[in-house]
Amino acid sequence: MAEVKINVDDCIGCGICVKKSPEGYEINDEMKAVVKNPNAPGIKEGADDCPTNAIEVIGDVAPAPAAAPAPTAAPSTKPGLAEYKGVMVFAEQRGGELVKVVIELLGRGRGLADELGVPLSATLMGQGVEGLAPQLIAAGADTVYIIQDPRLEKYNTSCYANAMIKLINSIKPEIVLYGATHIGRDLAPRIAKRLGTGLTADCTELTIEEGTNMLLQTRPAFGGNIMATIMCPDHRPQMSTVRPGIMKAIQPDASKQGEIVNFDAGLTDADVMTRIIEIIKERKQVANLEDAKVIVSGGRGVGGTDGFKTIQALADVLNAEIGGSRVAVEKGWISKDHQVGQTGKSVRPQLYIACGISGSIQHRAGMQNSDFIIAINKDPTAQIFTVADLGIVGDLFEIIPVLIEEFKAADFGQ
Amino acid sequence: MDIIVCVKQVPDTTDVKIDPKTGTLIREGVPSIVNPDDKHAIEEALRLKEKFGGKVTVLSMGPPQAGDALREASAMGADDMVLLCDRAFAGADTWATSHTLGEAAKKIGYDLIICGREAIDGDTAQIGPQMAEHLELPQITYVRKVESADGGKIVCERALEDGYERVEANLPALLTVISDVNKPRYPSVRGIVEAYQEKEITTWTAADINADSACIGLDGSPTSVKKSFAPEPKGEGEILEGSTSEVCKQLVTKLMDKNVVR
Ligand SMILES: Cc1cc2nc3c(=O)[nH]c(=O)nc-3n(C[C@H](O)[C@H](O)[C@H](O)COP(=O)(O)OP(=O)(O)OC[C@H]3O[C@@H](n4cnc5c(N)ncnc54)[C@H](O)[C@@H]3O)c2cc1C
Ligand SMILES: Cc1cc2nc3c(=O)[nH]c(=O)nc-3n(C[C@H](O)[C@H](O)[C@H](O)COP(=O)(O)OP(=O)(O)OC[C@H]3O[C@@H](n4cnc5c(N)ncnc54)[C@H](O)[C@@H]3O)c2cc1C
Repeated sequence: MAEVKINVDDCIGCGICVKKSPEGYEINDEMKAVVKNPNAPGIKEGADDCPTNAIEVIGDVAPAPAAAPAPTAAPSTKPGLAEYKGVMVFAEQRGGELVKVVIELLGRGRGLADELGVPLSATLMGQGVEGLAPQLIAAGADTVYIIQDPRLEKYNTSCYANAMIKLINSIKPEIVLYGATHIGRDLAPRIAKRLGTGLTADCTELTIEEGTNMLLQTRPAFGGNIMATIMCPDHRPQMSTVRPGIMKAIQPDASKQGEIVNFDAGLTDADVMTRIIEIIKERKQVANLEDAKVIVSGGRGVGGTDGFKTIQALADVLNAEIGGSRVAVEKGWISKDHQVGQTGKSVRPQLYIACGISGSIQHRAGMQNSDFIIAINKDPTAQIFTVADLGIVGDLFEIIPVLIEEFKAADFGQ
Repeated sequence: MDIIVCVKQVPDTTDVKIDPKTGTLIREGVPSIVNPDDKHAIEEALRLKEKFGGKVTVLSMGPPQAGDALREASAMGADDMVLLCDRAFAGADTWATSHTLGEAAKKIGYDLIICGREAIDGDTAQIGPQMAEHLELPQITYVRKVESADGGKIVCERALEDGYERVEANLPALLTVISDVNKPRYPSVRGIVEAYQEKEITTWTAADINADSACIGLDGSPTSVKKSFAPEPKGEGEILEGSTSEVCKQLVTKLMDKNVVR
């Protein structure tokens, strides 16, 4: 016999437990979960998956239902879904240049399409942008759909959404991916709403579920404190925005052949809902952390602008970009465009060196996918060591100068 | 100018700690707060009301305790409070949430709707754009400054990764704001007394907004959370031991051996 306790203060009424165990849990009039039957199948799974850990199960429980929770068990039987085939990437461009995340999306999209045995397409919108198509093909696309219209020259929500919706309704892709940029996160929700389908925000992992061939979309929530895997079982297309800097691009292949298709979205002035008066580029010298091979980052332990000279010296010998924790940015030791983390940039360089950074969950969220991580911190219990491949415990001001000499002596990175 | 501000009550995720042994959340005593971006949304609405007159209504979907968030907004100066509470609303993804909030907005009436850009728990930033779509309104997201709002038009600065753009839309419209837009005021003593002792929260159920049961709550949600889990810590790294010069030598040798930088 099991006893199940729900902490009502923590319950956010998300209903995940009800989905896991419809006989075990229900939502009451106060929009909180309550236990219907503590011995129902799936009661433990419902508790385990509670995003706020509000449910506690004490004692023996019934095993999960044999056929697993219904919505994700079998390929949906809803009519019409099988018509949707292929993976599509929204090829965001600004001022005639592709945004970097597009190439990353094509890299991951290629993997998904191959696994499903379907084609990968890219959708390019703008005016005079056909010259970008070969790049998209080299990055993995089999087909490039081009929608050109003067109204698409600068991004505006309604025209882009209307054009994309026309294309999706005509091509019927099963998966559509967007970069989680200020444009992607403005556009994709609007499209999902009108198409009556789901959208998973800011994904960091995309895989195909064996057996059902459905897209498993994993994303951080609660400020990076939990991860959630989300599906869209009964509606198509399955859509995600994907965090920049996470997915791996494939090596561009200039010899790859692809098809270019011009698509007429039939836009008129009635499609225009907002007008861009002007676009202002603000930072003269933007730190290019996303493209850096090596990043040397400093946090509170660096102590000040003077301390950052030590970080700069190490960065110089390694040809590296400089990064920082939010504390370093808030103190004004480096500018905001250097911030790594949940509210800064997500980076995945070949080498990331964290100096005097404790490794808060928000900082780790932006750098833990780096290929190789080195941490220098005087506190051996610092969280940063849990993601580091190599760690040095000690004072960074003592270690870095010696390290610089060693790198120079070894001709490292030259 | 009648303005609706959407306000969500959220657990203060900045206070959330992970138990290093079990990898689960420690949430004892985590306070519920007004979603940070929403405070900026309320402030912006109050400033517009001060300029153009009209009424500010704060709207939230959530359990009865979400009324606290509405009262906090009202103490800052919002006129009316509407809470959408019904078991049928629970378990909504952003599609269903935006349907519910949108239907309520129709009933309230508005010239402008302001949302926060993102809630710190769900973190999707999808409610604003999806509500705008539901109501067929122009949207301006990531607003960092409202330049003007007269003559039936609104002009805003919308933040981009590498700068900003100035965007104009006809009213009615929907904005989502980021924290750069303003500094939220503190509630006044008079405001607190009114909000907590004099004013009433209007509570609506699904029937009150004539919501179609297929479009709200779990049933109206195309997405479904398959599982949730604590982020995985990476496998054990190696802590180098020895004198400063020894560890530095070791480190460089290991990087070369592993061909880390190519
Ligand atoms: C919603 C939200 C979003 C956030 N987003 C981000 C984000 O994007 N990026 C981010 O970084 N943070 C973010 N934060 C902040 C985050 O929670 C931490 O506060 C921050 O990362 C801590 O920065 P730090 O590691 O530099 O400082 P601390 O945590 O204070 O750590 C300093 C470290 O330096 C070490 N140290 C001190 N002196 C020396 C020395 N001489 N030599 C070697 N080591 C030394 C100390 O042992 C300590 O481990 C966010 C927080 C919230 C709530
Ligand atoms: C772990 C987890 C992951 C999730 N992932 C997804 C996902 O990827 N896709 C998806 O469709 N749903 C997802 N959801 C469901 C989603 O959190 C809910 O639909 C929620 O009601 C609204 O989304 P949000 O918190 O992300 O709001 P956001 O879109 O981030 O909020 C933006 C603004 O909208 C307004 N707002 C939002 N909610 C309310 C409200 N209840 N009342 C009043 N105003 C409000 C506020 O002004 C807020 O600042 C997830 C839920 C959980 C628990």
